Amino acid sequence: MKRIVPILGTGILLVAALAYATTLRKQTHAATLAPQAAAEMTATVKIDNFSFSPATLEIKAGTTVTWTNADDIPHTVVSNDKVFKSKALDTDEKFSFKFDKAGSYPYFCSLHPKMTAKVVVQ
Amino acid sequence: MKKEDEIKFDHNEDGIDRRGFLKCMAWAGTGTLCVMNGGVMKSFSLSRLGEMDPAAAKGELSFVQISDSHMGFNKPANPDVIGTLKAAIDKINALPGNPEFMLHTGDVTHLSKPEEFDNVQQILKSAKVKEAFYVPGEHDVAIDEGKEFLARYGKGTKGSGWQSFDKNGVHFVGLVNVMDLKAGGLGTLGHEQLEWLEDDLKGKKSSTPIVVFAHIPLWSVYPEWGWGTEDAGQALGYMKRFGSVTVLNGHIHQTMQKVEGNVTFHTAASTAFPQPAPGKADSPGPMKVPADQLRNLLGVTSVNFVQGQKALAVVDTNLS
Repeated sequence: MKRIVPILGTGILLVAALAYATTLRKQTHAATLAPQAAAEMTATVKIDNFSFSPATLEIKAGTTVTWTNADDIPHTVVSNDKVFKSKALDTDEKFSFKFDKAGSYPYFCSLHPKMTAKVVVQ
Repeated sequence: MKKEDEIKFDHNEDGIDRRGFLKCMAWAGTGTLCVMNGGVMKSFSLSRLGEMDPAAAKGELSFVQISDSHMGFNKPANPDVIGTLKAAIDKINALPGNPEFMLHTGDVTHLSKPEEFDNVQQILKSAKVKEAFYVPGEHDVAIDEGKEFLARYGKGTKGSGWQSFDKNGVHFVGLVNVMDLKAGGLGTLGHEQLEWLEDDLKGKKSSTPIVVFAHIPLWSVYPEWGWGTEDAGQALGYMKRFGSVTVLNGHIHQTMQKVEGNVTFHTAASTAFPQPAPGKADSPGPMKVPADQLRNLLGVTSVNFVQGQKALAVVDTNLS
């Protein structure tokens, strides 16, 4: 019995710390999202038949791009320059990334590296 | 190079042109033994194996290869990959004489999930083989760069899972060509693994038969679909001095064979779902076939080695 007490104590401390951290995160999240909520820019890329379409996506800085895997086989969305990297997306799973800086972002599927495409941010 | 020219010509004057190669493919699909001996191909229907010299049919060392079990796949091309893997194990257990061991040439799982690995492990327990050796496919390293795979199958391997061992005078080398793939590229072995391979082969006599197994084909089956390995040429260069080299691969979910000089290349069928022949579809996605035909296109490969013969006999059996 003696050993249980300190473990329980640590558990409660942990829970308390986690709860505090979550509150903090929510506050900062709300603060950054608020000014943009009015005009959220979005774009989509479809993954189908072992290809990304469109192969070149042109967007404005601040746009969030969402990839959807419509294939029977998992794919990934991985930036050549390691700017973004999805997990393996199974059929119908999605991955989103917000492009804040202008530039060209070539990417590929790390499972089927012949699948290449790019996002051009103006 | 035109797409259809990839395997069209007999560059090595070994007697295997595209027509002969395709013929062999067709036989393999219906369950045929192809014996490559000194560049001369002999074929035997599986249903007539009984008429063969039993020594040639069994050999001094026999082992089996399964591939691409894609545990976790559940799409219409095959909603029951557990059932078809079990059928593959039943085929292995029904082979005359227990095979010495089993090779799995990768894509054990569909999404590298622990429960997928668990399912495979559970099913493979019933295989009547003493040992099993694994190399990862890209699906086995999709989530965690292969950590889960190596935790289960990495014992005694180096790097991302490379390995070598000797059985009955045959030297086996397992290579990993699915790690850290580059945009636009093919399978990759990488500098470190190539160095290890060169060193591994150094001490071997040229008369030692070599069997290499890896997931993605080590020959350019169809680079447009990524069916090849960027730096395979260097690896095969280290094997030039050996009299007999057999390369066993998976990844393309269909059986193919090719002979190039001293090297016989062979790809195994998947136990999960078939993929289209190179260039015969818009993409290499799972091929949907009528349910009653599915098991004809899935399979198990058994390999027999007879001392003194120049090449190993590779037999493909479908699951129907």
